[in-house]
Amino acid sequence: MPRSKRKQSGVLPQLNSEHYIEARGLTKKFGYKTALRDVDIYLKEGDSLALFGPNGAGKSTMIQVLGSLMQPTSGRVRIAGYETRRDRQALRQIIGLIGHQTFLYPQLTAYENLKFYGAMYNVSRVNDRISEVLDIVALSDYRNDAVENFSRGMQQRLSIGRAIIHDPSIMFLDEPFTGLDQQSREDFIKLILQFRDQGKTVIMASHHLHLGLELCNQAAILKTGKIVYQSEVDRIPESDFQQIYEQQIGEKVLPLKVA
Amino acid sequence: MKFVHKLGVIIWKDFISEFRTKEMILSMCLFSFLVLIIFNFAFGLSSNLDRGMIAGILWVAFVFSGLTGLGRSFSMEHDRGTLPGLILCPVSPWTIFLAKLIGVFLFTTVMEIFTIFLFSVLYNTSVLPFLSPLGLITFLGTLGFTAIGTIFSAISATAKARNVLLSILFFPISVPVIIAAVKATDLILNGKSFQMIFPWLKILIAFDLIFLLVSYLTFEYIMEE
Repeated sequence: MPRSKRKQSGVLPQLNSEHYIEARGLTKKFGYKTALRDVDIYLKEGDSLALFGPNGAGKSTMIQVLGSLMQPTSGRVRIAGYETRRDRQALRQIIGLIGHQTFLYPQLTAYENLKFYGAMYNVSRVNDRISEVLDIVALSDYRNDAVENFSRGMQQRLSIGRAIIHDPSIMFLDEPFTGLDQQSREDFIKLILQFRDQGKTVIMASHHLHLGLELCNQAAILKTGKIVYQSEVDRIPESDFQQIYEQQIGEKVLPLKVA
Repeated sequence: MKFVHKLGVIIWKDFISEFRTKEMILSMCLFSFLVLIIFNFAFGLSSNLDRGMIAGILWVAFVFSGLTGLGRSFSMEHDRGTLPGLILCPVSPWTIFLAKLIGVFLFTTVMEIFTIFLFSVLYNTSVLPFLSPLGLITFLGTLGFTAIGTIFSAISATAKARNVLLSILFFPISVPVIIAAVKATDLILNGKSFQMIFPWLKILIAFDLIFLLVSYLTFEYIMEE
């Protein structure tokens, strides 16, 4: 039986040239521990995928492998025509990644951090872009403050600014709402919706079923490193998805709504 | 030009961070100060020290103090959680390596200038007559041990016992550079001719080139893994 047929799935993706992101047979091992097992993901340009799963399911590993931060033990990833093994530099120019860590230098100011990343990503008219990004993440008043004096939420907002400084066409978001207060979370939700409207491709790992389903047009459930369910969001009501999630994972999910 | 610009930006970032914390330079200078003080107590305030001993004291201070800086080079990135951000930038691993090497090399050079000055004061010995050749040997020796040390710093940055690992990896490999530097320094301080120093100089240059070549070939793999 073909590998894709073994997945319980609403829509079974088929490989074709339209796919903007193609991940085939991804396996990632850390010593004896297998974090990803033979995972396939196919997305078109402008698609947004919400990855759900319990802790340790492999969501962060998946984001890191797709984002070229980590090489898979086997399998291949092709994004926008770039192979993650071969064309890392070109690929990294078009992706933005928000992870558990902010990747910010605590001794540098917000402005200096963005200036550093702007220069590394060859951003033209970098000072204008920094002002624009600081406005987006509502940190213009703190541009000359050292990041070490920022609260966790402010650092996460600046981390969003860091990830979008080069206007990437693909965003990888790993639990992006961690540490954000309600207002910042709402602002960030608007930003993700803007990404979608601009035709950017988004892959988001999250525990928030409601948010993930609201923000993405595709959803997948990861369990012990395998995709056990994948579907287009508009083909399945949220309550049904929650039921499927609970069946697959074997855990009750508390309904999580945007406050 | 992009390569040079990005190289400069990484060095600028490291320098700004260091000038605001002074973690690396202070620990290096303090370590060097302690080494000189301990040897000073052992040998007394004499300007008649054996020249070979002077070379040994200087290079013990240079290498051990330099190692404290090398240890911080990548571990600081790891501890602050910025290493993945740096790796994610569209920049060649070689650029990151060179920027880190130049940063550590410059900080180590500052420590070495401080050490030589302090040595002159504590041991009542002037190094001014030997300053040019001593500077050349110090430059080549420092380049050698910082080049290979930067690689090992990257390898050990994520390890739990990284200081132990760095020392275990660093000392056996850097021995040829250290021996050549000590021998050449000894000959310079004893006023020997350039012809006698030249073989050690060739060894230093050869190992510097080997270490830089090995770094160029392996650093990408180290960063990605």
